[in-house]
Amino acid sequence: MKERTFRQDHLLGIEHLSVDDIETILETAEAFIEVSSREVKKVPALKGKTVVNLFFENSTRTRSSFEIAAKRLSADLINFNSSVSSLKKGETLKDTVLTLEAMNPHIIVIRHSASGSPHYLTTFARSSIVNAGDGFHEHPTQALLDALTIQQRLRTLRGLKIAIVGDILHSRVALSNILLHQKLGNEIALIGPPSLVPAEFAKLGATVYYDIRRGVRNADVVMMLRVQAERGARNYFPSIREYRNLFAIDRKIFSLASRRAILMHPGPINRDVEIETSMADSDESVILQQVTNGIAVRMAVLYLLKGEIHETLN
Amino acid sequence: MKLLIKGGRLVDPAAGIDRVMDILVENGKVKDVAAAIKKTGNCPVLDAKGLVVAPGFIDMHVHLREPGQENKESIASGAQAAVHGGFTSVACMANTEPVNDNRSVTEYIIARARQVGLVNIFPVAAVSRGLQGENLVEMADLVEGGAVAFSDDGCCVMKADLIRKALEYARMLDVPIIEHPEDHSISAEGQVNEGFISYKYGLRGILKAAEEVIVARDLILQERIRSRLHLTHISTAGSVGLIRNARRAKTPVSCDVTPHHLLLNEERVQNYDPVYKVKPPLRTEADRLELIRGLQDGTIDCIASDHAPHTRDDKDKEFEYAPFGVIGMETSFPVIHDRLVRAKLLTLNRLVELFSTHPARVLGLKDRGRIKPGLPADLTLLDLKKRFKIEEADLRSKANNCPFLGWEGHGAIAHTVVSGNIVYSYKNR
Repeated sequence: MKERTFRQDHLLGIEHLSVDDIETILETAEAFIEVSSREVKKVPALKGKTVVNLFFENSTRTRSSFEIAAKRLSADLINFNSSVSSLKKGETLKDTVLTLEAMNPHIIVIRHSASGSPHYLTTFARSSIVNAGDGFHEHPTQALLDALTIQQRLRTLRGLKIAIVGDILHSRVALSNILLHQKLGNEIALIGPPSLVPAEFAKLGATVYYDIRRGVRNADVVMMLRVQAERGARNYFPSIREYRNLFAIDRKIFSLASRRAILMHPGPINRDVEIETSMADSDESVILQQVTNGIAVRMAVLYLLKGEIHETLN
Repeated sequence: MKLLIKGGRLVDPAAGIDRVMDILVENGKVKDVAAAIKKTGNCPVLDAKGLVVAPGFIDMHVHLREPGQENKESIASGAQAAVHGGFTSVACMANTEPVNDNRSVTEYIIARARQVGLVNIFPVAAVSRGLQGENLVEMADLVEGGAVAFSDDGCCVMKADLIRKALEYARMLDVPIIEHPEDHSISAEGQVNEGFISYKYGLRGILKAAEEVIVARDLILQERIRSRLHLTHISTAGSVGLIRNARRAKTPVSCDVTPHHLLLNEERVQNYDPVYKVKPPLRTEADRLELIRGLQDGTIDCIASDHAPHTRDDKDKEFEYAPFGVIGMETSFPVIHDRLVRAKLLTLNRLVELFSTHPARVLGLKDRGRIKPGLPADLTLLDLKKRFKIEEADLRSKANNCPFLGWEGHGAIAHTVVSGNIVYSYKNR
C-alpha cells in the first residue's frame, strides 16, 4: 500500500476529493474487507473516538452500515434519530448539533433532506462531518462503495462506460457517481426521460440518452436508480406503468451491454418496477456485494478522518 | 428655517443640469437655485464643495416589516437605514401582518412614519385582499388613504383575469400596478436559478421562464389596457428583451432591477450560504450583463433594493429552510457607484435618473425627483471620492442579511436632506 496522503477534514462530497483521495479511500477499504471476514470483526483503530449518527431521514441501510463500520473500528457510536429528537420540538439544526458537540464527539455522520446541510455544519461545528446523503446533492460513500464493487468485479476503474438509468435530477447517488467517474475519466451515459435528465448534465462530461437501448449499449456498468412514486404524482412521468415500459432493465436490454457488464442498484430496489425481478437475482447483479462493501468503505472513511495514522500525519 | 447649500455640483437630470450651483432652502422647500447665492443673516450653511447634490433618492421597493414583524425591521429602523443609504423617500410593500390591503393599515403606516419623521414613506397597498390573488382591494379608498401604488409583491397576481381587472381599474385612479413576475406553478419550491448550478448542487430550480411568462402575459394585456404597469426586480435577459420590444411598440411599461441582480450571479450559491438566497434568484452571468445593458439603453427605469430584512436566526439555517431576501437600502448607492459608474458602465447622470428621477415618475410623485423652487427640499449629497469598507457594524437596519458586507464602497452618502432637514451626515475622515 502506498503512503496515505489523505488530508481532508470532512467528507462532504466527491466534488472535493482528488483522484488520489479516491484511490486512498478504496485502498484502505480493501484492507478493511479482511477485517469483516474474521471471526472477531474488530480492530482498535478508532478506540476512544465517538461517532454520532445524525439521521434526519429514514434510512435503515445507510445508518446501519455506518454503525457497523464504526463499531468494527472500536469507536463509540450513538444514533440520533429525528423521530425521537428534539427537532420535533422546533429546535434548529444548529442548536441540535451544538448540543451534541458539547459532548465532544469526533465525527458526525449526517443524513438530511436539505442539500448542503453537511456544508452548513462545517461553518460552525468542530467535529469531522461525513455526508451520508444530503437532499438531491451528494451521497459520497455510496459512490465510493460502488467504485470498490466495480473494481472488484471488473479489475479496473478506468476505461469504462458507466450507464446510470432513472431519476438523475433528484438522485444524490447519481450525482456522486457522475462526479467520481468524471474524475476517473470514464464514459458516462445518463438515461431517463428529459423531465428527470436535464440536458445540462452534459456539462459534467456525461452523454444523455432518452432511449435505454442506446444508452446501455456496450456499458460495463449498468446502474439502476430507485423510482419514487412521488415523482409520478408530480408529473415527471405519467405513470409507473409507462416508466417501467420505457426504462426498466430486463434481460433483453441488459444483453446490449458489454459481455462482462455488471448490474448495480443502491437499494432499496423496487422489484418489477425499475428492475425485472429475475435480473435483481442474476449473476450479473452485484447489489448485495454493494451492501457488503459499504461497511469497508465507511470504515475507511471514518479511519482516514480520525484514525491513528491521521494523527501521526499531522 | 433656512439652509444654504453652497458650492456643490448639482446633478438634476429632470432639469438637464450638471454644474456647480447653490441651493437656498426655506421652510422645507427649495427657495432658490443659482450660481452664487449670498448668505444672509445667520442662515446655516452646508458646505457642499467637492460633493454632488442630487435630487433625493427614492427606493421604490422596500419591506419595512411593520406592522407585524418588528423583530425583522420596523418603520423606525427602516427609516434610519433609508437615510443612511441616501434615500429621502421609500415605497414600502404590502406583505406586512396584517397585509396592507385596507385603508386602516395604510393610515397606520403613514401615522407611524410621521411619528418617526426622518424620511418620506409611501405605502404600496396590496392588489388583492390578503395577497390571496382572488379579490381586488378597495383601490380608490386606499388611494385616498395615501397608497401610491398597488402590488402583491412577494406573490405574483397569478390569475390573468385579476391582473387585467386591476390594471383596468387602476387606470381610472391613475396609479401604477407593480407586478412581481413569477409563475408560482413553475417556480414551486424552487430555491435558486434552474440550470447547471442547481443540478450540480442539488437545489430545486426556478426557471427563468417562471418570470418571463408573466412579463409576457402582462405586456400582452397592457397592449390594450394601457394602464400604468411596473414590473419589479426583473432578473433575466429574456425579461429585458420582452420589455425592450414592448417599449419599441409603445406599450406603456416601466421596470426596476436590484443591485444584487446587477452585481451578483448564481455562482454565489455554491457554498449554500443563505445570504444569497433571493427571489427572483441570482441568475447567470449572461443575464447579469444583459440587465446592465438594459440600464444603459433605457429599457430599465429604476434601481430598487427590494430591501428584505430577516433576523439572524431566520437566515442561520439549512439553505432550503432559510427565507428569501437580502437587505439593500444602505448599500445600493456605494456598490452601484463603485461597480457600474466608476467602471464607466453608467454615467453619474444616469445613476441619478435610476435612483431619483424615474422612481418619482413611476410612482407619480410629481413634486419629487427634481430640484426646483417651490418643491420639497429632498436632496442627497454624494462624496464620490470617499472609500470605505461596508461593515455590519455600520448598518442601521435591524438585519444583517446583506450580500455586500466586506465589499469596498467607493462613493459615499455625505448628507441626506429631507424637507430641508439634514437627517444624515457621514463622518468624513
